[in-house]
Parts: sequence; C-alpha cells; structure tokens
Amino acid sequence: MSKEPRSPAILVWAMIVLAVAAVVGLRIGLGDGMARAYAERVEMRVTVQDVASPSGERVVEWVEWKSVSPAEFSRAVRESPSQDRVQLNPANTVGLWVAALLTLAIFSFLYRDNPAYRLAEAIIIGVSAAYWGVIGVWDSIVPKLFGALAHGWTTAHILPNLPAPTTQSQIGMGIALALGILLLLRLVPAVGGISVWTMAFIVGITAGAKIISHVESDLLAQTVATMQPLVQPADGGFWTGATLWASLPSVLVVVGVLCCLTYFFFSVEHKGVVGSAARIGIMYLMITFGAAFGFTVMGRVALLSQRVEFLLDDWLWLIDPLERRIVDGVSMIVGTGGVW
Amino acid sequence: MEGVLGILERLDRRWVFLAMALAVAGPILVMGITRKTLPETPTDASRAVFQVVQSLPRGSTVLLSFDFDPGSAGELEPMGVSMARQCALRGHKMVFISLWPLGGQMIDQTIKKVLRADFPHLQDGVDYVNLGFQTGNEQVMRVVLTDFKRAFPTTKAGRATADLPILSGIERVGDFALLAQVSAGYPGSKEWVQYVVSASGGKLPMVSGCTGVQTPQLYPYFPGQLRGLLGAIKGAAEYESLINAWVSDPANAAEMASAGADGGVSAVIPPKYLEAQRRMGPQLGAHLLMVVLILLGNVVYLAQRRSQRRAAA
Repeated sequence: MSKEPRSPAILVWAMIVLAVAAVVGLRIGLGDGMARAYAERVEMRVTVQDVASPSGERVVEWVEWKSVSPAEFSRAVRESPSQDRVQLNPANTVGLWVAALLTLAIFSFLYRDNPAYRLAEAIIIGVSAAYWGVIGVWDSIVPKLFGALAHGWTTAHILPNLPAPTTQSQIGMGIALALGILLLLRLVPAVGGISVWTMAFIVGITAGAKIISHVESDLLAQTVATMQPLVQPADGGFWTGATLWASLPSVLVVVGVLCCLTYFFFSVEHKGVVGSAARIGIMYLMITFGAAFGFTVMGRVALLSQRVEFLLDDWLWLIDPLERRIVDGVSMIVGTGGVW
Repeated sequence: MEGVLGILERLDRRWVFLAMALAVAGPILVMGITRKTLPETPTDASRAVFQVVQSLPRGSTVLLSFDFDPGSAGELEPMGVSMARQCALRGHKMVFISLWPLGGQMIDQTIKKVLRADFPHLQDGVDYVNLGFQTGNEQVMRVVLTDFKRAFPTTKAGRATADLPILSGIERVGDFALLAQVSAGYPGSKEWVQYVVSASGGKLPMVSGCTGVQTPQLYPYFPGQLRGLLGAIKGAAEYESLINAWVSDPANAAEMASAGADGGVSAVIPPKYLEAQRRMGPQLGAHLLMVVLILLGNVVYLAQRRSQRRAAA
C-alpha cells in the first residue's frame, strides 16, 4: 500500500494550532495573567413577619456573591492585603475556561469533523433539552396546571404568591389536562388513535387564530399600505426635483408589487408587455434575496464577532474595551504588579 | 495568470475561513486597544425608534419585550440596553417581559448594567419591573390584549402583580404608551404585529429591534404597523449613536439632571454604551472580505466559461 503524501496545508494548520497554544501560554505568564473571575461577598439581612416569634417578626441573614471586575479585586487587595471581601470565584473561573474551550471546539468543525466538536454539540443538545424540560415543568405545569387544579397545595409548598384561579381557568385547565392525557395515549398502541382528537384540536385552534391575524395584519394592512398616492407633493411646487424624489418610493412600491404579481401569474404566457413586467418582477425578487442575504451575513458576522470578543477580552485578556482591568491607569494586560 | 486562477479554483475553503477569522479579529483587536468606533449615519427607521421614545410624555409606562436569548445577544443585547437607557433618560416607567425562556435573564443583565448602575434612584416595582418569561407564545399575546395581569400574575422574583405600583392603571396591553420589542425569531416582532398591534387597531405604537435574518421580513411593516425598526447590529449601532449624541449635547443637561442620570452630560461615553458601534468594525472587515471573495469568484467563473468556450471551438 502506498502512503498518501502529507498535504502542506496540514502543516500550516498545525502551526496555527501551535500559535494559538503559544498565545495562551504567553498570556498566562505575562502581565497579570488571563481568564479569572472574581466575586464580592455581600451580607444580606431582612426582617420578615413570623407569627411563631414573640415579637411577630424574625431577622433572616444570608450571604450573596456579586460578580466584580478583576480591577476591583486588585484595588481591594491593595487597600487591605488580608481582606476576604473580594475573592477569586473558582466556579465562574472554571465556567469561563469551559465556555472558551467549547467555543474553540465548535470552531474546530471549520477544519473538519472531530471528537471535540461532537462533544460540544452533544453538550449543547443535552443542556438545551434539559433546560426546556425544566422550563416546561416550572413555568407551565406547576403554575398553570397545579396552580389552577391544586391551588392550595401549590401556594403552600411551591409558589406562595400565586393568585387564586378563576372558575373559568380551572375548567380550561381541566380540559387541557384531559386533552394532554389523550395525546399521551399515543404511547399505548391499543388506544393510540384517540390522540387524533387532541391533534385536531391543536390544528383547528392554531389555524383559526393564525388565519384571522394574517388576513388582518399581512393581507389587509399591507394592501392598504400599497394603495398610496403615486405623487407625493413636496415644498416648492409640483414639478420640482423634491416632489419627484418624494414620489419615487411610492412609484417603486407600486411597480414592484404589480411586476412581482405578474411574475407569479402563469395563466398568460410571459411574452411582450407581460414578459417585460415579469422580468422587472424577477429583478425585484433578486434585490430582495440580495438584501436578505446581506442582512443574514451581517447577523452571522455579529454573532461571530461577539464570540471572538469573548475569547480576546474575557478569556485571553488581550483587549479591554469595557475598562474592567485598569488599575490606577495601568492595564492588567501589561501587568500592574498586583496579587492574583 | 493561469497560475493564479488555478490556485483560486482549487483553493481550500478553510483558507476562506481563516481569512474571515482574521477580518473579524483584526478590527476587534484594533478597536479594543484604541477604543475608537466608526461614525454612524442613522437611517430613517432607526431615527424613528429614537423619536418615538423621545416624543412620549415623561413618566409614560413602556412595555419592553425582550424575546431573545444568549444565542443572539451579540446582535440584540445592545438594542435592549439602548432602549432601557433611553427610557430611563426620559423618565419613562419600564415593564419588562419575555416570551423566550432565557429572556428573563437577559432582562436581569440589562437592569443590572443600565438601571442599577447608572440610575440607582429607580425603584424595582415602582419605576421598573421584570415580569420574566411567560410560556404560551401567541396565547400570551392574546391574553394581554384583554387582561395583562392574568398573563403575568407574578414578577420574575415571585411578587404578585395585582398590587404592583408600576402596574396601577394597566389593565390590558393597550394601556401602555409604547411597546418596545427586541426579537430573535419566533415568537417575536412579526407575531406582536399580527396578534397585538393589528388587534389594537393601530392604537398601540410599537417599535422593534430584530436580527439581520428577520429584518427584510419586517421592513414592510415600517412605518405603518411598526413606528420604528432597528435592523441587525447596524440598526443597534445607529440607535446607540443617536442616544450618545443626545447625551453629549449640553442642551439636554437639565433633562439629564431631572432623570437622575449618574455622570450627567459628558463627551466621554461609557464603553458599555458603545458595544454596537464597536461591533461595526468587524462588520466592515468581514464585508470587505465578502466583496473581494464575490469578485474573485466571478472572475474565476468567467475565466472558466471562457476556457470552456475556447475548448469547444
């Protein structure tokens, strides 16, 4: 078996990976280091009513940890080296590193599919599914279903401030519970067909609600918006450049609508005047698709730049646009001589 | 020339990815170090958002719906921050809601970043409140049309909304002076227009900030059903620059003082209010690269077609 020649591109990419590793290594060693999160201890104290207490009230105390910038930690240490009010936050620091490594793992797919990318992908899917599950229970089932059908138990054990349900909402939730059980019967093959009732209810309600709103907001309102005077008189007279300029958008809208509709009208052959109008319609559609593509690119680049900003700012501490790491006018990027 | 075209024809796509990474990272590094931003010329749609919020009487109650999550925060968070900041500067009361599960946390971040940091005199429950996420998508919109507090019985912190001072006089969504919404997809601006603005007969003014993907779909609603529209990070940068210009204008010093804004009128804008404008740098780099790549792609295509015609002849 002949061995495939090694591509020079692989060497280049290996050098890029090494360069990134070198930057991380240098940043850990130079200046005030990189990628650390700090928190400030805040003592909380409130007085609450307590019928069991002789005074009728009770003091509740607890500690909260508030995220602070590295500069605040550095300042606190300078003021009092033995202070423990502002401390390194190990959990958030680990979170910062995990976020950075997962970001790089996702970006690694651009080179080729690999185990690091698949691990990151699996974590995202798992976390999303779990989060949706938790949201479903705590934002839907508990406050809405339990809150309506078992209000006393819910307020006693879970949500003390939940308002009492109305009879209407209790009946509604009873019907929703019954429909939900019918839908779950899909898992029992012998009686699974009955779940169609719930499906029919969902489809019917959705279609009914959407048809009305679409007709009102997209068909009627947009048709009205198209029916505007072609000539928009501007100051200084009728036959002026200002009037022509002000009228141009209305003319373009009306021409565009008519030509695009003509393009989608297939009962007449696209020849002559109809063909010309259809071609103008195609141009309008192409401009629309171009604008959509341009906006999509802008959106994706914005998301990419946010992740790159995160890597360069929060993780590597190479830039500091929010001025969170400046102590007495000196940037922690170059080193303030502080303790960390 | 054949050599160059040959290289372009066989170019590994990963070089394009690397070029894009450099085009984005370069401006971020430069702007991060120099703290400079590019100048912005606001469009009519962005200017309209600013004007609508400015034109409301002081103390109006504004409903802010943050329908996005961290996945689109790069584009949308600066819009939310700017909306909250302008409302606070104008002395409006702010009721925050979300129809996206993680929207409640995005609201918390905005409150911490803007209201607690620069407007510490504002009180939770009196001047602003976070009602958090509510499940149900369009059903929530239909409920708020008739009974706002039924859709949001408690705040995010669990306090009942029935006797909340900020919601006194608010029975339904039409009682708000303005609906300011930030949208990442479904449910978002389109649904708010379809189910709430249309149903209110145009009485509830709405402004929206949305992702780039949604912008072309929402432009037909402007300026009729949507009074103002911030399209993608460009719209966010324009809106941010309008507020920064207003804040820097000495003529607005009295109003700033009455709003209790910490710092008052200043030519130096805090860096947290320049986030969208900073992100226009990588946009410039990435778009220039895209233009060059499209041109190169067309050159290669035309050269290929020419050589095929020659071969056929």
